[in-house]
Amino acid sequence: MEPAQSMTSRQAPGRRNALVLSKRASRLNRLAALLGHGLLLLLTLSSVLSVLFIFYFIIRDAIPFFQLRGFREFFAGTQWYPSANPASFGAFPIFLGSMLVTAGAVMVAVPFGVCASVCLSDILPFTLRQLVKPVIEILAAIPSVAFGFFALVVFAPRLQADGGGLLSVASWMIGAPVAGLTAFILSDLLTAGLSGTARWVGRGLLLVVLGALAFWGLWAAGSFFRSLDISSGTNALNVSIILGIMALPTVISVSEDALQAVGRELREGAYALGSTRAETLLRVVMPAASSGICAAVILGVMRAFGETMVVWMASGNAAHVPSPWYNLLQPVRTLTATIAGDMGEADHVTGSERYHVLFAMALVLLTVSFVFSWLSERVVSRAVRIRGGQ
Amino acid sequence: MTLNRTWIVGLTMVGMTAMLAGNVFGQEGETTKGAVTIRLDGSTTVGPVVKEFAAYYMKNNPEANITVSESGSGNGAKSLINGMCEVASMSRFMKDNEFKAAIDKGVYPVAHAIAVDGIAVVVHPANPVKGLTSEQVRDIYTGKITNWNQVGGPDRAIIVISRDTNSGTYECFEEIALQKERMAANVEYVGSNGAMRQRVQSTPTAIGFLGLGFTDRTVKALEINAVAPNRQTVVSGRYPIARPLFLFTNGWPQMGTHLHAFVNLYLTRKGHEIIEAIGFVPVTDY
Repeated sequence: MEPAQSMTSRQAPGRRNALVLSKRASRLNRLAALLGHGLLLLLTLSSVLSVLFIFYFIIRDAIPFFQLRGFREFFAGTQWYPSANPASFGAFPIFLGSMLVTAGAVMVAVPFGVCASVCLSDILPFTLRQLVKPVIEILAAIPSVAFGFFALVVFAPRLQADGGGLLSVASWMIGAPVAGLTAFILSDLLTAGLSGTARWVGRGLLLVVLGALAFWGLWAAGSFFRSLDISSGTNALNVSIILGIMALPTVISVSEDALQAVGRELREGAYALGSTRAETLLRVVMPAASSGICAAVILGVMRAFGETMVVWMASGNAAHVPSPWYNLLQPVRTLTATIAGDMGEADHVTGSERYHVLFAMALVLLTVSFVFSWLSERVVSRAVRIRGGQ
Repeated sequence: MTLNRTWIVGLTMVGMTAMLAGNVFGQEGETTKGAVTIRLDGSTTVGPVVKEFAAYYMKNNPEANITVSESGSGNGAKSLINGMCEVASMSRFMKDNEFKAAIDKGVYPVAHAIAVDGIAVVVHPANPVKGLTSEQVRDIYTGKITNWNQVGGPDRAIIVISRDTNSGTYECFEEIALQKERMAANVEYVGSNGAMRQRVQSTPTAIGFLGLGFTDRTVKALEINAVAPNRQTVVSGRYPIARPLFLFTNGWPQMGTHLHAFVNLYLTRKGHEIIEAIGFVPVTDY
C-alpha cells in the first residue's frame, strides 16, 4: 500500500484523483496506442501488399514478352514450340485446354455439389449430417499430388481399357434415377386437369410411355458411350472428373452455408402455405440462396482453373486443339501445367522469350482468377444486401 | 524448471556455435581436407548415380556432407552459375548461352563425362513391333506415321509420348532422334522417367522414350536400325540414340580436396559398379 501511494503522488503531484493521468502519461498512452494500431495495420496490409507485389512482378516480367512478340501470336497462334529454334509461342490451344478442363470439372462438380448441399442442409437428419460433413471436408485436405497419382496410375489405364463401358455404366447410374423421377413428375403434372379414375389411368399410361422413352434414350446413350474408343487415358475427361471431385468440397460447403442462411421462417412459411418439401426447396429455398450457390460455383471454377499438379500429371499435356474442339477424350495442355513444366529450362539468364512467355501466361491466369474472385465477391455482397433489405 | 531452461538455451547455443564453426570449416574444406559440404543439383537422369556416389562417399568420409537435388539439367546449370551448388549434374552439355552466363558471373564450367546413357525407344510388351529405323522413329514423333500398321504392327493409332521439354532426355532425343524437327502437336508430355514408364506399360498402343537405366521388364525397348540398346552397343556408339552424362564443376576441382575425390569417383572400380548397377555405361572401355 505504502509504495503504491507514494507512486501515485509522484506521478500526479497536486492531484487527489489517481484515475486522472498526467499529461505526460496520457501522451505516452496515446503513443503506445498509435504504435499498436500501426503494427496491426502493417500486419494486415502485408497480405494486401503481397497481392500487389505479385501483380507488379508478374506484369513486369510479362511486358517484355509482348514487346518482343506482340499479342497476336500468343492469343491466336496454335503452334506451341517454346524450345524449338526458331521458337513459336501460340498459346491458343493452351487457353482452350484450360477452358475445356474447367468446363468439364464444372459439369461434374456443380450438379453433384449442389444436390449434395441440398441433401445436407434440408434432407439428412442432424446426426447423419454431422457424420457426413466432416468426411466431405476431408476430401479438401487430400493433397493434389495424391489425386494426380490416382488419375495417372489408376484412372488413366482404366479409362483406356474400358472407358466406354465405364461411361455407359455411369450414364445409367445417373440417368436412370433422374429419368425415372422426371417421368413421374411429368406424368403427374400433365394429368393435373383430369379427375377421378381418368386421372389415375392417364397418369399410369403416361408414366409407362415416358418411362419407355427414357429407357430408350438411356440405352442409346449407353451404347454410344460403349462404342467410344478412348485411345489415351490421360485426357481432358480424366482430369475433368478428378478436378470436379476436388472442387466438390468447396462447392458443397459454400452452397450449404447459403442454404442454411435462408433461415427457418421462409421454410416454415412455405410449409404453412401447403407446399411440399420439394416445392419448398425448389421454389423458395433455392431461389433465396441462388446468389450463394452462384458464388459456390464460381469458387469451384477457380479451384479447377488454378489446379496444377493433377493436370500436369494426367492431362497428357499435348498442346493442340482437339478435333472437334470440344472433344474431352483427347489430351490437352493447360496454363498451369505449362508454367509448372516449362519453368526449369526457361531461365532469365539464358533465354528471354521462353522465360517471359510463362509470365504472360501467369498474367492471364491471375487476371482470370481475379475477375472470378471479384465476381463471387459481388454476387455474395448482393445476396447479403437483398437479405438485409427484406 | 529454470535450470532446465538454462540447460536448453545453453545446449542450443553450443549447437549453433558448432554449426557456425562447421560452416566456417566447410568453407576452408574446399582447399584443405576437413569437414565439407558439397551441393549437387541437376538432371533427374544423372540423379540416381550421384545419389549412390554421395552415399558411398559419405560412408567412407563421414566428415563430408553431400546433398543431392534433382531439378533438371537446366536448373542444375542455373544453380552452378548462381553459386547455389558446387556440382551440376547434367544429361546434356552446357548450352552456349549458359556458358556465356557462367563466364559473365565468374564461373568457369568444366565438364566431367562420367557415363554414357542410351535412350531406349520403348513400347508396351504386348506390341508385336520389334524394331524401327531412325527415320521411322522421327516420322512417328513428327506425325508422319500415325498408325502401327505403317510400321508392321496392328491397325491401331499410335499414342506418342514424350518427356517434357524441360528435361535433358527430351533435348537429347530431339537433337539425335528428331534432328531438331518439330514434334507433332498431339504428342503427349510427361514430367519424369517414372511417369513415362508408367504410361507406356499401361497403354498398349503407346510409344515413348526412356533413359536406358529406367527401362525394365514392364516395357519393351525397340531395336533402332536393327541394333538393340545395351551396354556394348551404347559404349561402342553403334546404338544411335546415346549421349554422355556430365558433372560440371566451377573450374577443375583442386587436387586432394573432397570435391576432387568425389567428382573423380567415376574413374574408380566402385564407381563403375554403381554406374552399371543403375543401367548406364561407364565411359572407360576396358
